[in-house]
Amino acid sequence: MQTRQLFAALLLSLLAPLAAAEAALRVEAPWARATAPGATNGAAYFRVVNAGAADRLLSARAGVSARVELHTHTMRDGMMQMHAVPAVEVPAGGRVDFAPGGLHVMFIGLGAPLTDGAVVPLTLEFERAGALRIDVPVRREAPAGSATPAQHRH
Amino acid sequence: MLLRTILMIGALGGLLGGCVAERPAPFAATDITGASFGGEIRLTDHHGQLRTLDDFRGKAVLLFFGYTHCPDICPTTMTRFAGVARQLGDDARRLQVVFVTLDPARDTREVLARYVPFFHPDFVGLTGSEPEVADVARRYRVPFVKRPAEGGNYLLDHWAGAYAFDAQGRLRLYVAPDLADAALVADLRRLM
Repeated sequence: MQTRQLFAALLLSLLAPLAAAEAALRVEAPWARATAPGATNGAAYFRVVNAGAADRLLSARAGVSARVELHTHTMRDGMMQMHAVPAVEVPAGGRVDFAPGGLHVMFIGLGAPLTDGAVVPLTLEFERAGALRIDVPVRREAPAGSATPAQHRH
Repeated sequence: MLLRTILMIGALGGLLGGCVAERPAPFAATDITGASFGGEIRLTDHHGQLRTLDDFRGKAVLLFFGYTHCPDICPTTMTRFAGVARQLGDDARRLQVVFVTLDPARDTREVLARYVPFFHPDFVGLTGSEPEVADVARRYRVPFVKRPAEGGNYLLDHWAGAYAFDAQGRLRLYVAPDLADAALVADLRRLM
């Protein structure tokens, strides 16, 4: 009797934080830019809104390209330097914008162009929230309400 | 006598006031009028024709340096310039957007012919030999660096700004990537 109660309590205590974390972290306004014919690389953008505890985006997966990586841009020596990032911190109660000129999911080696109106299934792997699968609409331009581009006055 | 003096002072004040009021409003983009760098560009367009900057006299020119394997900055900028052309309405026929590739090894005429018109049918893409392109980039002070990536799919770090020329072919503005579209449209109208 006691063991069963203990087991139930243990199970609840394990599941509850998981459930809370998954519900607390959302991915909003995703979109990917339609690629020009012959373009081999593309990008997806979105906003991560985290109402829960601090989390980290570790990786992304998609079937549209040979590789999928997390990238950002840094202005250095007068050039926009793009580089892969191992993870992206998502602060507790905070939000992170993936937008043109800044953080983005990079599709490296597209199998075919991303065409306006298509949908790209994308899985984002978070450290706490786990795998979040989202459908990313492909558009020529940023839809209204999407994360705004990084502003760096140089 | 006193009246005449007062009238003269009044007239002078009017003249000076008029001069100050005539000074043109500053551009929103960075004004580099009279810049000593830049110079002639002789490269091949995506139709296979040799083009020079002179060909675009009579139009304001927006000059951007990028490459087609660029995942974010270049398609974002080209899309932005297409939006600027739309906002110009009828005046768009007095604008020429020119895309110069920093990656001529991969961005051949054929590649540019598929890439550039995707953003706007009137945009021109320019390519050439590696030394030709490197020379233009150097004279226009456009730094770029090849960054090796897995599978030989190298990327380029490069300057994300653009240059604007007036209809007389003079280099006039440096356009930062974060300049608002409406401000760029207003600046370009003044260069036409």
